Amino acid sequence: MTTAISVKNIGKQYKIGAAESKFRYNMLRDVIVDTVSAPIRLAKAMIGKSDRRMNQNYVWALKDVSFDLEEGKVLGIVGRNGAGKSTLLKILSRVTEPTVGTVSVRGRVGSLLEVGTGFHPELTGRENIYMNGAILGMRRAEIDSKFDEIVDFSEVTQYIDTPVKRYSSGMYLRLAFAVAAHLEPEILVVDEVLAVGDAEFQKKCLGKMGDVAQQGRTVLFVSHNMSAILRLTQEAIVLNKGQMLMRAPTQEAVDFYLSSGQAQAGQRVWDVEDVPAASAPFRPISLKIKNRSGKAVDTVRSAEPVTVEFEYQLNAPVTGLRVGFYLSTMRGEYVLATFDTDEPQLFEKHDTRNTGHYISRAEIPADMFNEGRYTIGVNASSFGVRRYFMDENAIAFNVDITGAPGTHWPEPRVGLVRPRLNWDIEKIG
Amino acid sequence: MTQLTKHEPHTIYIKPSKGLAALNLRDLWVYRELIFFMVWRDVKVKYKQTLLGMAWAVIQPVMTMLVFTFLFDKVAKLPTEGIPYQVFSFTALLPWGLFVVALNQGSRSLVAHNNMVTKIYFPRLILPISSVFSGLVDFAIAFVILVILMFYYQVTPAWNLLWTLPLFLLLAIVTALGVALWLSAINVQYRDVNQALPFLTQFWLFATPVAYSASVIPAKWQVLYFLNPMAGVVNGFRWSLLGVGSGPDITLWVSTGISILIFVSGLFYFRSMEKTFADTI
Repeated sequence: MTTAISVKNIGKQYKIGAAESKFRYNMLRDVIVDTVSAPIRLAKAMIGKSDRRMNQNYVWALKDVSFDLEEGKVLGIVGRNGAGKSTLLKILSRVTEPTVGTVSVRGRVGSLLEVGTGFHPELTGRENIYMNGAILGMRRAEIDSKFDEIVDFSEVTQYIDTPVKRYSSGMYLRLAFAVAAHLEPEILVVDEVLAVGDAEFQKKCLGKMGDVAQQGRTVLFVSHNMSAILRLTQEAIVLNKGQMLMRAPTQEAVDFYLSSGQAQAGQRVWDVEDVPAASAPFRPISLKIKNRSGKAVDTVRSAEPVTVEFEYQLNAPVTGLRVGFYLSTMRGEYVLATFDTDEPQLFEKHDTRNTGHYISRAEIPADMFNEGRYTIGVNASSFGVRRYFMDENAIAFNVDITGAPGTHWPEPRVGLVRPRLNWDIEKIG
Repeated sequence: MTQLTKHEPHTIYIKPSKGLAALNLRDLWVYRELIFFMVWRDVKVKYKQTLLGMAWAVIQPVMTMLVFTFLFDKVAKLPTEGIPYQVFSFTALLPWGLFVVALNQGSRSLVAHNNMVTKIYFPRLILPISSVFSGLVDFAIAFVILVILMFYYQVTPAWNLLWTLPLFLLLAIVTALGVALWLSAINVQYRDVNQALPFLTQFWLFATPVAYSASVIPAKWQVLYFLNPMAGVVNGFRWSLLGVGSGPDITLWVSTGISILIFVSGLFYFRSMEKTFADTI
């Protein structure tokens, strides 16, 4: 067997905190000083002597990760948000460079998530296939030979010469996916594929992944969905805080992951080292998704209300604080944003929050979500003054639609929300 | 199902690049078709949903030329070394137009395509390169206008343009690309570039003999003046096409030297910053 991927002691260090400090003006004086010193700062930055180093935190998103993967194997990667899974995939697909270590990759790396990169709304479906194919590294002749197959797969045959800006989002996604799926790379990287698109689309993705694996290609599969990992991979690695904890047959790795507490369903816990120093005096502790019976869960039912609980500590009194949730789909479309002091009375009542331990809790009513996977981002700020803490991707959860309106028809339904509306059928003649 | 692969896969080594990283021109060659597609897309999309379409490629330089003619010929009466001012300025507007595209599109190319940069691998050099190349399409259209203008005003082209013009065009591309490399890479981290561009474009236009003749610059300032590489490019175009000016002398070498310096340093700066593009953009 030949080795498809060989990863040796790679690490990736990120700078964080610089951007926030730059825009955290408190006083006009700061602004003036900043403006006057700007040219000097620019000159310093350009020759590499940044004076902002003081404010910068460095974190290792990935540290000391090594593994080999043989050709034709399917490897699962599990770990909670921020464990370094995406960073690892980004390094393997050469989007970003490792800070240390080496990787050798035999063949072309493709991904099923980069669908539609480089699509231009003004170009037709046909033109975008060529454009997107070239971006993904396909030769023109290769695209020519697969063109009909791509069009068939995408099911947009009759609109192929229409600008894609006239496409529905489903058509757009299908076409984009069709190109990515026909890239036929030697190594395929699938990041959270189950989270993208509707149920039908997900099935297609998984089907394609199965095909790819059967053809003897190498697949790396990242998912939060343990059952998909179990079904599709023989082996998995567990990442935690950028480090590889284990590599084992999938069942063993998943058991370890689920029992080690780091994957605790429906719950995200921030350790001291997870929180940037710049957040002080705000210190996030945990975020929980709870079902009707108060249990933290990974999957909630659309037909039941859901409670989102954010626990935090204030190490100094904070004036004008608002703590909020950003709810979005895995594709990054926002569903809603909400803050604990949205009600003016509550805002006045909690004008200044003293030092102490708090929970901000919101109940999301029943009959809200459609089927799918959603993420919640948290944010703590004082409006117009400063942002203390932000985690755009704090936790993810699944929505199960059992009991939701219209589920007696076994078909996927479009849309992000699935409310129970007061329908009325009146016979008027 | 199509067969697995037509070629034996080659192994890619990924490791942190150090110092002045190798330019990795091999990858650029592998992805050469992407340059073509990017240029093709830019051209295709540029005039979509416009009433006048490709006519804009004609209207823009012609209008500029007419404004210049009114201001600098009719009002200011600047010397043009015996060439009708229309032809004199239009000759300069050719390379200048190419440069402006590079300056504006090129500098914004990485930031404008940040979704590509953060999601997939491809040689990042392709972005500034293809924006400069897409300027060549407008250049070709404007060139046809110039030929028509020269016929109309009965200006005889210089005999040596067949081999000198391609060289000066190459110099224009090298200069434009060099500046685009620097600015696009800086723009990833400091969006100040976006703010500075309108001013920079304007300033550079005044510092380049587009609307006027380089001969109006006093002799003792000539060498200093030609530190602006575009001055050499524009002067070269005039000499090559119209046979005016001094031809290759010390000023041209100064401009060419600076141009190559900007280009080569730009390449290395771009390469050294490339590894952080996806993280900082």
